Amino acid sequence: MAAGDDDLIVQRREGLYCRQGDFYIDPWRPVQRAVITHAHADHARRGHAHYLAAAPAEGVLRARLGDEIDLQTLAYGESIDHFGVRLSLHPAGHVLGSAQVRLEHAGQVWVAAGDYYVAGASDDRREDNATCAPFEPVPCHCFITESTFGLPIYRWQPQGEVFAAIDAWWRGNAEAGRSSLLMGYSFGKAQRILKGVDASIGPILVHGAVEPLNRAYRDAGVVLPSTQLAVEVGDKALLGRALVVAPPSVQGSPWTRRFGDYSDAFASGWMQLRGARRRRSVDRGFVLSDHADWPGLQRAIAATGAARIIVTHGYEAVMVRWLSDQGLEASSFETEYGGDDDELAVGPADAAAASKEAAERVANEVSDRAAARIVPGDDSPVDDAGA
Amino acid sequence: MRLFARLFAELDRSTATLAKVEALKRYFATAAPQDAAWAVYFLAGGKPRQVVPNGVLWAVACRKAGIDDWLFDACYQAVGDFAETVAHVLPPPARESDVGLAEWVGERLLPLRGFDPEEQALRVASYWDELDTSGRFLLNKLIGGGFRVGVSKLLVQRALAEGASIDVNLVAQRMMGYTDGRATPSAERYAQLTASADAGPLDLGQPYPFFLAHQLDLPQSDVAARLASPEDWIVEWKYDGIRAQIVKRASQVWIWSRGEELVTERFPEIVAAATPLPNGTVLDGEVVVWNDGRVASFNLLQQRIGRKTLTKKVLADAPVGFIAYDLLELGGADLRERPQHERRTLLEQLVAAHPAIHLSPIETRPSWEAYAELRREARSRGVEGFMLKHRQARYGTGRRKQEDLAAGTWWKWKIDPLSVDCVLVYAQAGHGRRASVYTDYTFAVWNRAPLDAAEARAAVEAIGRREPPRDDALQLVAFAKAYSGLSDEEFKVVDRVIRQTTLEKFGPVRSVRPSLVFELGFEGINRSTRHKSGIAVRFPRMLRIRDDKPLHEADTMQSLEALLALQYAPAEPRG
Repeated sequence: MAAGDDDLIVQRREGLYCRQGDFYIDPWRPVQRAVITHAHADHARRGHAHYLAAAPAEGVLRARLGDEIDLQTLAYGESIDHFGVRLSLHPAGHVLGSAQVRLEHAGQVWVAAGDYYVAGASDDRREDNATCAPFEPVPCHCFITESTFGLPIYRWQPQGEVFAAIDAWWRGNAEAGRSSLLMGYSFGKAQRILKGVDASIGPILVHGAVEPLNRAYRDAGVVLPSTQLAVEVGDKALLGRALVVAPPSVQGSPWTRRFGDYSDAFASGWMQLRGARRRRSVDRGFVLSDHADWPGLQRAIAATGAARIIVTHGYEAVMVRWLSDQGLEASSFETEYGGDDDELAVGPADAAAASKEAAERVANEVSDRAAARIVPGDDSPVDDAGA
Repeated sequence: MRLFARLFAELDRSTATLAKVEALKRYFATAAPQDAAWAVYFLAGGKPRQVVPNGVLWAVACRKAGIDDWLFDACYQAVGDFAETVAHVLPPPARESDVGLAEWVGERLLPLRGFDPEEQALRVASYWDELDTSGRFLLNKLIGGGFRVGVSKLLVQRALAEGASIDVNLVAQRMMGYTDGRATPSAERYAQLTASADAGPLDLGQPYPFFLAHQLDLPQSDVAARLASPEDWIVEWKYDGIRAQIVKRASQVWIWSRGEELVTERFPEIVAAATPLPNGTVLDGEVVVWNDGRVASFNLLQQRIGRKTLTKKVLADAPVGFIAYDLLELGGADLRERPQHERRTLLEQLVAAHPAIHLSPIETRPSWEAYAELRREARSRGVEGFMLKHRQARYGTGRRKQEDLAAGTWWKWKIDPLSVDCVLVYAQAGHGRRASVYTDYTFAVWNRAPLDAAEARAAVEAIGRREPPRDDALQLVAFAKAYSGLSDEEFKVVDRVIRQTTLEKFGPVRSVRPSLVFELGFEGINRSTRHKSGIAVRFPRMLRIRDDKPLHEADTMQSLEALLALQYAPAEPRG
């Protein structure tokens, strides 16, 4: 579908662009004015002349992009006027300071949600991300949504169960005198883990990449259990009882040697699938995501009341077809998000590629023969398939 | 079911043997005996037939999830496992239950087969509604007959034996035939498995656990160092047949395959040959097609196995015989702890009195070099190489871990596989751990040798333009599929090339612009009317990627023909 002249957001080489206000949202090439939905590296890049972001994002943004950036912040819900476009930011529930961008111009309201987290088919405060302001639906005419986990196989189990499983694993290891190395992205995932676990089980140690972000969270008023840098601990007995939170990059690196005997685990939405867990080759995979699950995506989209939906990174083709089937006007933007998000780099076969791949397949395939294709096991017959 | 699901999850995520055994012991200590009986059945590889067709499961799952076929298919492509896909797309369960595994299988799953699809759908949907994701996954695997878990039968036996404080070999023997589907697992059968040592084996026809051989994968120069003097070893040919045990007790004959299937009825010739054996005799050996006083090709045996009814013609075309190579029981006494050479002597004496049983001949050479020289005859003799058995070896159980190896090992010293250099033409994504990575490949050879690089290039370009080849033109002929032999790293590289060179997609299969040459190894080659190339290969696997080989130097149909000719030709008398 061609972009109409009245569209508030269009796709440009540099990123998503608002013509009427002459600014970009999460651009991936340097521009004059960039509105930043959140501080993950694929959304908040270096080199823009002016930045605008939600107030709670300031600490993290400056920590990651440098103190010297020209940054203006808005409180959630506060609005400004820019060339006749009314702009405000609203909580997205993804990480500290993450925001949906609401634009209003000539009676049209558009919302670009960036990455967001909403879980489950019904509203339940217990499922909120406790480390930031929870997602708030913003009514609009056109909603721009992500689709990282845009397949019905992704339904998050209640957070309480996930953290109970993490606690049980940690407790079991601690009793055996074995460190518990839990890997997750340093910004967002790590703090959610810290916030969710039972800190009475033992000491919590972190990797050097995690601690500056903990500081930013604490500075923003988020209460986290006390943490210590793993490299500063020499006491073997203490290490054996510790939960160690570190980014995925430490897997198999010399950094892990200090723990001697340890059990490792990975926290990510991708851990939902057995194949992904096995590819990751860790002892445990915990399904903990900062992105909306399938029911969450459906609920968030419905809550906006938007008749038009534009889908970005993830299972775009699946989502577009599904939403069209639901009677919505759906299309997609091709963005360059996802590349730096931990949830999109899961193993040998990048999940990013895998998701593109699956989306592609759907776009290209007729599924009425689909039922015939179920493969019962690994043993394919010797045959000249496809010929 | 909940206990079993928890056990499954523990086994599935653990790679440490000790942790697996501990998890199994915990389970056996807590599970009700009738549930444990079924758990042993499934864990030891028992597979009931599929009770509900996948098509029915697919349709109910879509209906319950409120999604269309295409969306389910998208999910399936992302997950790479049908049972798991279904488990994930369903809405959360409406209720909880804690029905035991035995009741699940006996009262719910097995009866499903008797119902029409509508009733099946109704029942399955209601079962899903009382299980969480892991329970559903397990249920679907059991319904679909595709249950598999990373635990060996040996570990299950070890856990049972340790739990009951009895010898693991006794448990192993009692477990023979446990999964063959003839008797339903029950609390009684389970109790028999772990009964005290004086209870002995389970029933009359029970065989012994097969002792399995290890592959001797050494360069010729290292063989002597590893095995020491050839005089310590008994060297026999390795036959390409069906490993089996003949049990003769109480005037009755039982024939067991290595898969622990009772196959007595399939081989009346062997029953006839074994009937005169004294009671209390157990032989280990190989079932082969025996024609004109010698072993015929495995192909013929395979054809015979494929026949449902043994007509006169089948029996005449492919008569089977039994080549004995070990004696496990004589006069009702278990000989397995006796050294190999003693068992061999007793075996020779026994077979001398019963000539209808063939004796596996022993080859004697002064050095390993001489054996290696003789081994070259393997292909023309229709055998796979040598079996090496230490003269002092006792008859062990199963295949022990490499680090446990002592002198009591059986080695298979096989000839190198046949191999050709061929071209990757189609690819398909794998399953499970390899879902969303292209790991299943179809390979082709040239229909004739390309004149030069330019002609090969032109043929590839024609394929790129999707031109149907002219009959006389140079073209690639697909002949084999393989999905093993590469490392994860190599698969990653090939996966990338496949994505970059994709020409067309046929469902999950991609055709690619030919660019990669592989060395493909296989154990045997035969003519086949089922394949377009007219050729079928056995156990194909990738030996390596031939980055050094340009496309036009890949092998041809003539190369395959030459390998066919090299193989054992049954009609020709040996010179």
